[in-house]
Amino acid sequence: MPTVGLFIPCYVDQLYPQVGLATLHILKSLGLNVEFPEEQTCCGQPMANIGCTSDAEPLAKRFLHIFGGYEHVIAPSGSCVSMVRNHYEQFLSGQPGFEHLRSNTFELCEYLVDIARVSRVDGEFAHRVGLHMSCHGLRELGLASDTERMVPPFNKVRGLLSQLRGIDLKELSRPDECCGFGGTFAITEEAVSSLMGRDRIADHENAGVEVLTGFDMSCLMHLDGLIQRAHKPMRVMHVAQILENARLS
Amino acid sequence: MSSHPEKASAFLTDEPRAHWHDQSVWFVRVKRDRQAKMIPEWEQLRETAAGIKSHTISRMAEYLEEFEKNATANGIHVHWARDAAEHNEIVYRILADHAVTRLVKSKSMLTEECDMNPYLEERGIEVVDTDLGERIMQFLHQPPSHIVMPAIHLKREEIGELFHIKLGTTKGASDPNYLTEAARGHLREKFLAAQAGLTGVNFAIAETGGVVVCTNEGNADMGTSLPPLHIACMGVEKIIPGTHELGVFLRLLARSATGQPVTTYTSHFHGPVRDGEMHVVIVDNGRSAILNSKEHRRILSCIRCAACANTCPVYRRSGGYSYDYTIPGPIGSLLAPLRDLRKYSTLPYACSLCSSCTDVCPVKIDLHHELYTMRQEVVKQGILPLHKRIAMAAMRWVMSVPWAYRMAGKLMRWLVPRLPRALVYSKLNTWGRQRELPPMPKKSFRELLKEERS
Amino acid sequence: MSSRDSILRDLRRNAPTLSPLPTVPAGVEYDDPQRQFEEVFTSVGGRCVHVPDAAALKAQVASLDVYANARTIASLVDAIDSRNLDPATIADPHQLADVDVAVLPAEFGVAENGAVWIPGSALGPNRAVFVIAQYLVIVLNASEIVSNMHQAYERVQIERPGFGLFLSGPSKTADIEQSLVIGAHGARSCTLFLVGSP
Repeated sequence: MPTVGLFIPCYVDQLYPQVGLATLHILKSLGLNVEFPEEQTCCGQPMANIGCTSDAEPLAKRFLHIFGGYEHVIAPSGSCVSMVRNHYEQFLSGQPGFEHLRSNTFELCEYLVDIARVSRVDGEFAHRVGLHMSCHGLRELGLASDTERMVPPFNKVRGLLSQLRGIDLKELSRPDECCGFGGTFAITEEAVSSLMGRDRIADHENAGVEVLTGFDMSCLMHLDGLIQRAHKPMRVMHVAQILENARLS
Repeated sequence: MSSHPEKASAFLTDEPRAHWHDQSVWFVRVKRDRQAKMIPEWEQLRETAAGIKSHTISRMAEYLEEFEKNATANGIHVHWARDAAEHNEIVYRILADHAVTRLVKSKSMLTEECDMNPYLEERGIEVVDTDLGERIMQFLHQPPSHIVMPAIHLKREEIGELFHIKLGTTKGASDPNYLTEAARGHLREKFLAAQAGLTGVNFAIAETGGVVVCTNEGNADMGTSLPPLHIACMGVEKIIPGTHELGVFLRLLARSATGQPVTTYTSHFHGPVRDGEMHVVIVDNGRSAILNSKEHRRILSCIRCAACANTCPVYRRSGGYSYDYTIPGPIGSLLAPLRDLRKYSTLPYACSLCSSCTDVCPVKIDLHHELYTMRQEVVKQGILPLHKRIAMAAMRWVMSVPWAYRMAGKLMRWLVPRLPRALVYSKLNTWGRQRELPPMPKKSFRELLKEERS
Repeated sequence: MSSRDSILRDLRRNAPTLSPLPTVPAGVEYDDPQRQFEEVFTSVGGRCVHVPDAAALKAQVASLDVYANARTIASLVDAIDSRNLDPATIADPHQLADVDVAVLPAEFGVAENGAVWIPGSALGPNRAVFVIAQYLVIVLNASEIVSNMHQAYERVQIERPGFGLFLSGPSKTADIEQSLVIGAHGARSCTLFLVGSP
């Protein structure tokens, strides 16, 4: 059986461990041989995004060293996976094992759909749900078609969720506008970031959403922070937490 | 140094207005989508346009020479300006040679870049911007806040008040039809009295030696068909090979810019009016230097449609003035730092890297990726503030040493819940201004995993 | 070294490797180009009128409000009369300032965007006529409509030296609060007569 390296982003490890566990349980339920290499820490995205490539490079090298030996690497995060697939080239081009790593690092949902070929999601989630399509996963990993491009519509994440019994997936007025997290952007451009987030929440609210979900905990952390400050009843859950209780085949 | 976050913050103090600005500009994005959907080969068209521009950029000198030859054969005088100063001098000289004191102008971002208006005005030439939005901004002595919709940030009541003062419209009147009618009358006088008309150039055609100007209002045409002198100013990158290529861009331009199938007027100028003169000023002003940059030469493909600004969630919520540059939004956040990295160092960071801009750009400039790499320039040039560089270096160390990382995480999760709220959410906590911190779980994932296994 | 030479030198020196010029795609083809043209032309604020022949054209134009009430008409179409003015004899475009209606011939139309091609030679000695008039009437043969701009540029003959334009409807602006206003600096309305059958 192929060995899967489980990559749990630093902030998920420290702040949203349940999302990590849910991811692990889902992968194990598929019969996968999953390993969590203990030495992992961070993919280096925060440093790379700020332009500090000399600070990101050692972490990229570290990542290759730790995860290079796995058949597949899976993470519950679109942005971290995009870092590996789209931005590690600058640091690791030509290095042995990099090409394999680049082609075999996946976000959870795309792994389930494209590699594990999950076609049935047998479970229940009788709630009004809003799906936030995080930008990196959407546009850089191609988890779905975006509204900007004129291509046949598809959505791998929605395809999984929509099978849950009782789920009411709501339509948003701006289905794929950015939530405003953007990494350090959330701090350096706090005012714009917060307004972007509040606008997203208002869109979900207007659509009658009870549970706001997505595949990137960083976006959800930002949105949840705004929801909590405003004392709104909306619940925030990662898709892994929703899919955890379903039977995937 | 120009700080986007500071200016954006100021813009956002009037939140209802910021929402209104966001909605107004978003509406243009929606119209763009509607138009694009009607063209089954839309994505192929973008790819073709990108390819045409890449090809043209790799042969710019040759195409410009071909243009010059053909334009000259059409009776057009072709001038070359190394920089903004030379551009202004050339335009002034042409006007002075013809004793022009009344000039009408249709939209040209290039002339804004060169700061041409004040230069001419100081030398006794009346310059009237005839694009309605530009005229409004001219009355206000302020720059445009959007390259296609210069006055998008103003409310009709404000324009009504302005026109009452400047044009004598009824006080309190704000109906756009009424105000536009007033502007029509006022500018018609200016067109009829003008001694010269200056336009920008949307596309310069090498094969035929002519320039194309696209407007909805008809101001470029009024300004160039009445006076005997036409001056057209263009950046070197406006050159395209021929009319076949022109067709590709015209299918993309208005749809991307304003969500229309095409502008009302797409005028092809291949010579002056009868007994008139036509001049074209070709301007470098840093473009050949950009051509030299492997990372950023694709920026020269830009056809100035502003689709990137319309879709940008940051532009919509911070307004054009937050960028403090002729051209705002994603493309501006690249053009400005290329001109002055230190002054505009915050612009590449005025971006959440959502990449919506990249996906609407009609010439497929990899905008979000260029913004990302521009940040590396900021750091390489030592412009990133010291405290940020230190923070990143510290983070790098912590993340390179697993026990340090685990310790830091544990400490954070232990300490934060125990601190008084006032301390946690002090002024120093930027995250905490409008957001709660995430709840600090007792155990990390790896700790829970260990437990699960045992 | 002149600015020209130094600019060209730098552009040559900094040029990246030559990348090939792509072929232009065929573009969308409509089953009924006339219908598509009419739909788009109307959606941009223009008005389309069908007439079977030149006689009907003359009658219909004459009955148009703007034409009937006009004091001064500049017609560049043989079948339609000018009034109070002979565009061919006007030496100074400023003398067209009082033109109420300009009647212009279009060479062909483009279905995808409701635009018509008008070469400069069709505008008479003063091309200002197409933009200075308060109202525009355009005459187009219904059979001369292509589907898209690629086909359009196969047909366009660039007059050198000269002028030519694609015109799509009346002038307009949305510069005030994105509110569409028909009639900016050019024509306040644009009525297009499609003559004959496709």
